[in-house]
Amino acid sequence: MRSRADSDFATPLRRGAATVALEIDGRAVTVPEGTSVIRAAAQAGIHVPKLCATDSLEPFGSCRLCLVEIDGQRGYPASCTTPVRAGMKVRTESPALARLRRGVMELYISDHPLDCLTCAANGNCELQDMAGAVGLREVRYPSSGASHLHAQKDQSNPYFTFDPSKCIVCSRCVRACEEIQGSFALTIDGRGFSSVISAGQNGPFAASECVSCGACVQACPTATLMEKSVIELGQPEHSVVTTCGYCGVGCSFRAEMKGDVVVAMVPNPDGHANHGHSCVKGRFAWGYTTHPDRITRPMIRKSIDQPWRQVSWRDAIEYAASEFKRIQQEYGRGAIGGITSSRCTNEETFLVQKLVRAAFGNNNVDTCARVCHSPTGYGLKTAFGTSATTQDFESVMHADVIMVIGANVTEGHPVFAAQMKRRIRQGARLIVVDPRVTEIVRLPHVQASYHLQIRPGTNVALINALAHVVVTEGLADEAFAAARCDPDEFAAWKRFVAEPRNAPESMEKITGVPAGLVRAAARLYATAPNAAIYYGLGVTEHSQGSTMVLGIANLAMATGNIGRPGVGVNPLRGQNNVQGSCDMGSFPHELSGYRQISDDAVRASFDAAWGVRIDPEPGLRIPNMFDAALDGSFKGLYIQGEDVAQSEPNSQHVAAALRAMECVVVQDLFFNETTKYAHVFLPGSSFLEKNGTFTNSERRISMVRKVAAPPAGMEDWEITCALAAALGYPMEYSHPSEIMDEIARLTPTFSGVSYEKIERLGSVQWPCNDSAPAGTPTMHVDHFVRGKGRFTITEYVPTEERTDSEYPLILTTGRILSQYNVGTQTRRTLNAAMHAEDRLEIHPSDAELRGIRDGDWLQVLARRGETRLRALVTPRVQPGVVYTTFHHPDSHTNDLMSQHSDWATNCPEYKVTAVQVAPEARSVQARSGNAHPYAEDPVAGQDVHATDIQHLVMMANDIGAYFAGYPDQGEAVEEIATHLRNFWEARMRREIVDYVENGGAELSPLVREAVTLIATESVPSSEEVGEG
Amino acid sequence: MTALVYVPRDSSAVSLGADAVAGAIASEAASRKLDVKIVRNGSRGMFSHEPMVEVTVGAERIAYGPVGAGDVASLFDSNFLDGREHPLRLGIAGEIPWLKSQTRLTFARAGVTDPASLHDFIAHGGYRGLRRAIELGPDRVVAEVTKSGLRGRGGAGFSTGIKWKTALDAPARPKYVVCNADEGDSGTFSDRMIMEGDPFVLIEGMTIAALAVGAAQGYIYLRSEYPHARRALSEAIATACSNGYLGANILGTGKSFELEIRLGAGAYVCGEETAMLESLEGRRGMVRFKPPFPAQEGLFGKPTVINNVVSFATVPIIIDRGAQFFHDYGAGSSRGTMPFQLAGNAKSPGLIEAPMGVRLGEIVYDYGGGTASGAKLRTVQVGGPLGAYFTESMLDVALDFESLAARGGILGHGGIVVFDDTVDMAQMARYAMEFCAIESCGKCTPCRIGSVRGAEVIDEIINLRRPRENLEVLRDLCDTMKFGSLCPLGGLTPLPVLSALKYFPGDFGLTPAEVDFIGADLAISTSGAVDTHAIAGR
Repeated sequence: MRSRADSDFATPLRRGAATVALEIDGRAVTVPEGTSVIRAAAQAGIHVPKLCATDSLEPFGSCRLCLVEIDGQRGYPASCTTPVRAGMKVRTESPALARLRRGVMELYISDHPLDCLTCAANGNCELQDMAGAVGLREVRYPSSGASHLHAQKDQSNPYFTFDPSKCIVCSRCVRACEEIQGSFALTIDGRGFSSVISAGQNGPFAASECVSCGACVQACPTATLMEKSVIELGQPEHSVVTTCGYCGVGCSFRAEMKGDVVVAMVPNPDGHANHGHSCVKGRFAWGYTTHPDRITRPMIRKSIDQPWRQVSWRDAIEYAASEFKRIQQEYGRGAIGGITSSRCTNEETFLVQKLVRAAFGNNNVDTCARVCHSPTGYGLKTAFGTSATTQDFESVMHADVIMVIGANVTEGHPVFAAQMKRRIRQGARLIVVDPRVTEIVRLPHVQASYHLQIRPGTNVALINALAHVVVTEGLADEAFAAARCDPDEFAAWKRFVAEPRNAPESMEKITGVPAGLVRAAARLYATAPNAAIYYGLGVTEHSQGSTMVLGIANLAMATGNIGRPGVGVNPLRGQNNVQGSCDMGSFPHELSGYRQISDDAVRASFDAAWGVRIDPEPGLRIPNMFDAALDGSFKGLYIQGEDVAQSEPNSQHVAAALRAMECVVVQDLFFNETTKYAHVFLPGSSFLEKNGTFTNSERRISMVRKVAAPPAGMEDWEITCALAAALGYPMEYSHPSEIMDEIARLTPTFSGVSYEKIERLGSVQWPCNDSAPAGTPTMHVDHFVRGKGRFTITEYVPTEERTDSEYPLILTTGRILSQYNVGTQTRRTLNAAMHAEDRLEIHPSDAELRGIRDGDWLQVLARRGETRLRALVTPRVQPGVVYTTFHHPDSHTNDLMSQHSDWATNCPEYKVTAVQVAPEARSVQARSGNAHPYAEDPVAGQDVHATDIQHLVMMANDIGAYFAGYPDQGEAVEEIATHLRNFWEARMRREIVDYVENGGAELSPLVREAVTLIATESVPSSEEVGEG
Repeated sequence: MTALVYVPRDSSAVSLGADAVAGAIASEAASRKLDVKIVRNGSRGMFSHEPMVEVTVGAERIAYGPVGAGDVASLFDSNFLDGREHPLRLGIAGEIPWLKSQTRLTFARAGVTDPASLHDFIAHGGYRGLRRAIELGPDRVVAEVTKSGLRGRGGAGFSTGIKWKTALDAPARPKYVVCNADEGDSGTFSDRMIMEGDPFVLIEGMTIAALAVGAAQGYIYLRSEYPHARRALSEAIATACSNGYLGANILGTGKSFELEIRLGAGAYVCGEETAMLESLEGRRGMVRFKPPFPAQEGLFGKPTVINNVVSFATVPIIIDRGAQFFHDYGAGSSRGTMPFQLAGNAKSPGLIEAPMGVRLGEIVYDYGGGTASGAKLRTVQVGGPLGAYFTESMLDVALDFESLAARGGILGHGGIVVFDDTVDMAQMARYAMEFCAIESCGKCTPCRIGSVRGAEVIDEIINLRRPRENLEVLRDLCDTMKFGSLCPLGGLTPLPVLSALKYFPGDFGLTPAEVDFIGADLAISTSGAVDTHAIAGR
């Protein structure tokens, strides 16, 4: 179904400066060169009948309804396939044309059921419209003739039906599948009158290559491909433009409504991120919003072993507030904190951090972006000065070489991947860096020129090897680097990467990638006119995540691939508002717009606006919150929309920490793993039930609009306001637009953002301020935001998570198209059937070695935990590597994860876990003998977790290892000290200082020196912080 | 001395037993201890005399035919190797009136030379065109082809020179040269005869085109039903390559041209040039809209010269003898000669190369000798299955593009099919619709649905169910197909239907008055939606 709200100009917009003037039905029209006659007519307000043409697809010329007359041209050319010419005189109506069109329509209807009144498309059917437009009054062909009226309906797809009896064979679905989605799942089977749309090898849709993106359904002009929801509910009566709540692509949709009931979500052709395309999640998997599991009443309980009690909003809020106050009185101001969610709106996340900083009076606020893209924030801020992508999505259409690193684009960012595939089909070359053979490596009409199939955890070794080739083979863009970057740092970096140990030949034994491939890929990347890097969590979720982001930035700068369309460093954000939640000051050390909490001037502006005095010390990061909880110093947590017990690594540790807290407040749509440990449940609102904005991967701020009332009565931002008020800090807003106004007032990069502007422009990309009032698609055009681009030394430091004879395999994880993260939403939709379980992918040789057959139940044992998964034996993974998705809570994959994390940001190392795998019947012996140490009671396992100080020592040594690569040791010590000052919360600094003063045996000498440096500075004592 | 005996390897001769004849001659010669060399030449196209065996006697070639394997012993007994008398003796081959009266330019070597012999080809004037083309250079070659007035022999009749000029001027690279050898019209065989009988001339023509427009890769899109042509072409391509006429550095020019054969899969519509491109690119044969024309954006979206086999095969003689030589033949804007292919119920069917403008009656009677059945001639269909039917009284029509159009017909690929008075023209009209329905690519509505409905409506008329009303429906349908179809398959199908209706209304149970309205409609056969360019290659 196409939204009735969208006009259709029949053929795609042509851009270009050159214009052509012509005359259509006596009206003068001027359009860009290359425009079709039918589009030119539409722009003049003349709508030529058509069926096979639609403005999302290239012209096809099959229906023959749009025939026109053109002076000086014989016959009746199709206006969709005829480009305009200067001075052309076109007639769109004449008796001859009317006769021809009626003749065509008569043929169509001679093979179409006359069931308009009972048809699901009634009221929104182009065939019906055209029959009316051409004035068809009768079908004179013998009714006994051949027809498709008895063709069988295919209902195999959970979300739409295919009814070939209504098909007019316009090929719009086939073309949408090819041109827009690039799946090539549909084709036309048979010839002539026997032509029928066929999914795959003429089987059911569900068994084909179809990815249920919905492009075909949207393209269909009849009821042939039709949403089951529309069949069930009828045609919508109004629509509201909003933004999808799933991934970081941030697709614009029209919520097609009947009253407050969603009938369909149809992608918005004017959407700047998706241009009318969608994926199976955003398009169809919205049913969770009305799932019976939704919690619609606030609940409280004194302790987690008690049953929940439904209470009023007032009671729930009062209870939470009083508990937080009690905890602060008992354990100190720093004993509580908050976690914002990347799924919530900008306004909501801004309010949560405001609540923490202003009402809690500390900086213990962190965001779930911590566990995904915090290294992006750190790395890109360090190198370029802005914690965000350098490009917009459209940029990919100008790229000649695309390097995808650690991102499974077709599964994780399907709508952007469709655009990327389109560019590759146009001729762009592709380099994929991934341990696994992801889909993009080889697809119909898409094939990677090079797939660098690295061993998990060796990203930095690879990026250094690529850089080595660029520098030693003279492929660097010296002019760019000289003009745009710090020359000394560039020189130091070149010396570093040129060292023989960074050569592809040296790194080959580490990365497992043949040196020749690395050299060829480096040359391809470096010599392309425009080369762009796209990356995902395969880059960030490592102990060296930040190093890798810096390495990517180095490579892009060294080759001059920054500052224009077609190039850049493009992080693909996982969740809908990862970018936004980071922008909003959700990190413990930063206020909105990535400004250090230690910056007095920045704090002063907030102090003035909020009427408080913000603590100048950075607060706790999420992992530190859990450490502190186990330590007994952190007791209360407000969690908005994040299932930490499910999604944080080392789940047993997290569960133990949550269990140790006295008041855990969860604001969410459903009960989840975390609510098992919660004391207050505040029922939240879904993206369809509130107003606000999301910021996607390309810094694009788009409106989220309320189409239905929140079932519990409150939008999320209202809940946060209520909690603040109960804590004695009222925050008065009548609408989220006022929150955005406050964000704009307080954040220079957002100063030009307002709801009015977003409404007017459709969306806006920050920075948006006086110097860029319409926003900024491409960043760092003339100079880097930080001034000179910064090259840093990216020493490869192997992760501590190593394989050995007991744990010989590396487990890495990823996502699948139909599911979303931990599945909270998607498992409550019909998508559940598309991916009923997580499977462990294992290479046939590893499987054979262990006697594992496809489908066997396996025991997966890691150093810290174990789980069971079924085997999927596949050469998609390399020998020595196993892989699984993590969409089902039963899979307990996070039980396996280590406590290793990124040295700079503590982003957990989800992507590398040493494991052993065996068929369940012959389980491997656990190290301790029988039962796994903390399979039963998480708290009981506490002693084998790293204690707080051990964790701090590990974190500090990780930082030390990174800076150890600096040639100047003094500089390295200063960098380490600066890092500790900027990112470590005061108590953590105090503890590491104490540790050094007591000998500091396990710290590296560099770190010891750095800690000694900060020890002499005024670090508030733990007591002072606790009582503040 | 070795006796040279020619036995055609052409499919038509082979289907009539030429292989057995060749075998019989070899064994007979062996048993008689005679030194005989058998050359498997192409066919001269005089099918009523196939297998036609020729022996070289001095400077002449004496023909015998039709020779069966059983005749061989008696031929030896009669000393046919010396050209002696025999009941099957036809005389000096070149002097047989059926052949002598023709104007063989394109087919000058067909049936004369050993198609596998590059030496033979060169000895009979081959590759002179290419050598001259190299001297002239691209612009002058294109100018020469334009000046000659050569129009596409596949059916569309578009100026070959203008097409080449478009490709020459197109800035995009690479460029391609594609030969349309998907000869699908029933009753046509001129492409096959060139490919089997003189494959080097096609290769030469394509090479000239490649050098003229700057292409380095060429394809011959050959219908899979032509295995003998495939074999002959493959041999010739390999030979041309190993002798420096194809491949890298052609004749020392530094230019290269690679040629590959690609097989079709039996779809008639793949003879339509854009559907052929789709098929060449590995997709199903669906018609593309034009413009852009293939010369601008063709194979893989690149400038592509597409010509029919006969068009390419005619280029060498044009370049060799000059544009004027070719232009001197023909009528009006239809210049040069045309290989007409006479088939159906003709007494002496075969290939007749004659100047454009020859009368239909000359072909049907002077060459064809009237009907094979001896029954009265009823109609002649000119231009393949989508061509119009002509009555006996119309046989004075000149066979050239304009004259045929003026009489409501098309020249097409030069196929001429004769019917005697047992034909039911209502069934033929129905067959035209059915043919279209079977061969439709299914892309455009008028052809996809219209052809099926057309057959159904004709059935209604034939069965006298509301014939007058249904005649009106048929007329409207023919308009929709003619003006609305995307390519000539749907666009031309009304031609045989309406001409059958107009000239033979009685076969439909209708009176001449009832079909009176048709006349005007027939005259637009090559205008309207049917862009003449679009027919190229059928």
